[in-house]
Amino acid sequence: MTSFLTDQQTAGASDGTGQDDFLVVENLSVQFPTHDGLVQAVNDLSYSVKMGETLGIVGESGSGKSVSSMAVLGLHDEKRSRITGSIRVGGREIIGASESTLRKVRGNEVAMIFQDPLTALHPFYSIGRQIAEAYRIHNDVSKSAARAKAIDMLDRVGIPQAKSRVDDFPHQFSGGMRQRAMIAMALVNDPKLLIADEPTTALDVTVQAQILDLLQELQHDFKSAIIIITHDLGVVAEMADEVLVMYGGRAVEKGPTRELLTHPEMPYTWGLLSSMPDVSAGTDGKLVPIPGNPPSLLNPPSGCPFNPRCPHVDKVPGDLCRTELPELLPGRRGPNHLKRCHLPDPDTIYELDVRPVLAVDPAEAVDGEG
Amino acid sequence: MAGFIARRLVSSFLVIVLTSMFVFALFFLGPSNPAGPVCEAQGKCTAERLEMIEEQMGLNDNVVTQYGEFAKGFFVDRTITVGSEYQCEAPCLGISYGTRTEVTDELVKKYPATLSIAVGGAAIYLTLGVTLGVLAARFRGTTTDRLLVGSSLVVSSIPYYLFALLAWIFLTLQWSIFPATGYTPLTENPAAWAAGLLLPWLVIGVTSSTQYARFTRGSMVETLGEDYIRTATAKGVKSRTVVFRHGLRAAIVPIVTIFGLDFAALLAGTIFTEQIFGINGIGWWALDSLRAPQDFPVILATVLVSAVLVVIANLIVDIVYSFLDPRVRMS
Repeated sequence: MTSFLTDQQTAGASDGTGQDDFLVVENLSVQFPTHDGLVQAVNDLSYSVKMGETLGIVGESGSGKSVSSMAVLGLHDEKRSRITGSIRVGGREIIGASESTLRKVRGNEVAMIFQDPLTALHPFYSIGRQIAEAYRIHNDVSKSAARAKAIDMLDRVGIPQAKSRVDDFPHQFSGGMRQRAMIAMALVNDPKLLIADEPTTALDVTVQAQILDLLQELQHDFKSAIIIITHDLGVVAEMADEVLVMYGGRAVEKGPTRELLTHPEMPYTWGLLSSMPDVSAGTDGKLVPIPGNPPSLLNPPSGCPFNPRCPHVDKVPGDLCRTELPELLPGRRGPNHLKRCHLPDPDTIYELDVRPVLAVDPAEAVDGEG
Repeated sequence: MAGFIARRLVSSFLVIVLTSMFVFALFFLGPSNPAGPVCEAQGKCTAERLEMIEEQMGLNDNVVTQYGEFAKGFFVDRTITVGSEYQCEAPCLGISYGTRTEVTDELVKKYPATLSIAVGGAAIYLTLGVTLGVLAARFRGTTTDRLLVGSSLVVSSIPYYLFALLAWIFLTLQWSIFPATGYTPLTENPAAWAAGLLLPWLVIGVTSSTQYARFTRGSMVETLGEDYIRTATAKGVKSRTVVFRHGLRAAIVPIVTIFGLDFAALLAGTIFTEQIFGINGIGWWALDSLRAPQDFPVILATVLVSAVLVVIANLIVDIVYSFLDPRVRMS
């Protein structure tokens, strides 16, 4: 199981930190100084991932999900960002690490798949050459051996006639094939952790499921850990063992996928669930969007970052939502399910007010996955 | 690819023909009469003598016939009368009114000087400009970057002729840091060839490199922000390799286009450079031919040379482009 760390847990309890955690992120903050002020993209984020497990990070644009995972590979320009906290990959500290240390991790122990495979692949180099390059950086092999490896990888990710397609350029591939090639490139060095940053967002819906199946299949073969970043709860329900919901640069809820989707305790997660359409329902079914806009990362709202958009603020005694940032703590549903919310009894509100109006009942969706 | 080149060759040929027709028409429909100077050179010019010379030079034929005569000269020898009779071997561009020599011969004689200036100057500004641009982009926002951008702005705001003139006056005349400029054929004495062209090369190189530095910087900054650069870094590629093999490889493409056209313009003659540094090339020749009495065959020849060069440069740029960018590669 993927385990999560709270401030309390890191301070004392042994509950969260296991020896076999491959990735441990502790109190990670990422800030970007700009002319308009300090952009607080990620605040005090902690999580960990074990080998062979999948963590889903969910949130809307600007919630800090991509920024935090790019920090895992040290991809932020150190001159343009301030990063504090700790990121350990296989016990090796990433924050403040030298360029040569980072290079050993990048593409080798941790590989990344990006959202849009057309822009993420170099337009002027053939697919095969780009995969071979990734392989040769971390393996001392000849060009022809690297090419053979590239063909082998393309074959593995389901590119037909890999032998002849290996010399094609990215623009000669379809969107789905490009993402397969991207996955082949990421897996060529057998990484222990694969970070997939919205791997299906730029793809045709019919291709999305194929790519997700491929990732699961390859995870089974390669035994790697996966972090899948998405705003699609459907993807999370299919892929993830654990879910981390992010809002305004902070973790607002985390727990095992089934637990979190069937008994969400944070109003933002409820909002995400309410925004999911049900394609099998009648056309008079209603989508309930989350009102308002994501919070400014320059001047985050005081108290709970979600309070300006939260319909349940009045159910919290006093003005707590506006004055005090709730801590990420276990609710009534056990130590594995954490939430950042002041609501005293979120489960009752969910059952009575939220669940009845959902288009897709997550309890059924998750059961459907078996 | 072959079909593409064939199509382009046809259209290039048309452009050259149209340019020559245009220059031809402009000159003959204009107020200048080439017979005048020829007539005056032979003493007192009476109306009858002028009439006779015009007739001999074929100036009384209509423009189309005259153009036909001129075009024929590319393939067969012509006999041209400018005061007296001259044989002009094919390919014939006419007989210079000024020197009474074959324009084609003059062109062949003067061209190596211009070519030497252009190749050396372009080599310097391209390497210098691209290197500085890449450095500025890589260290964007730092003092190095600001220094490079600032000094490039200063250099490019000085008029070229002033820069060249000052360089010549101070660096060769006053302080003798550089050898005296001038043209010695490469085949005659390579050392003298290089010595005489050193300062012109540097002046062209330094002044033009500033705009290449800025083009390159802009193109590189844009490219380095692309997703595929992040992908390369995420693969574990060394940052220098990321900048050159992934960044510059993509950023250089628009620069090739600009370079092709700039280089063609240099090849067509560098009037200021040749004048200031005393190098007798195409630029100087063209300028001379424009002085009264205008030397029409030379004007036509120099214009044609630059038209041909620009057209060829465009063709080469298009072909190079298709090799650089696989997305425009023709099947």
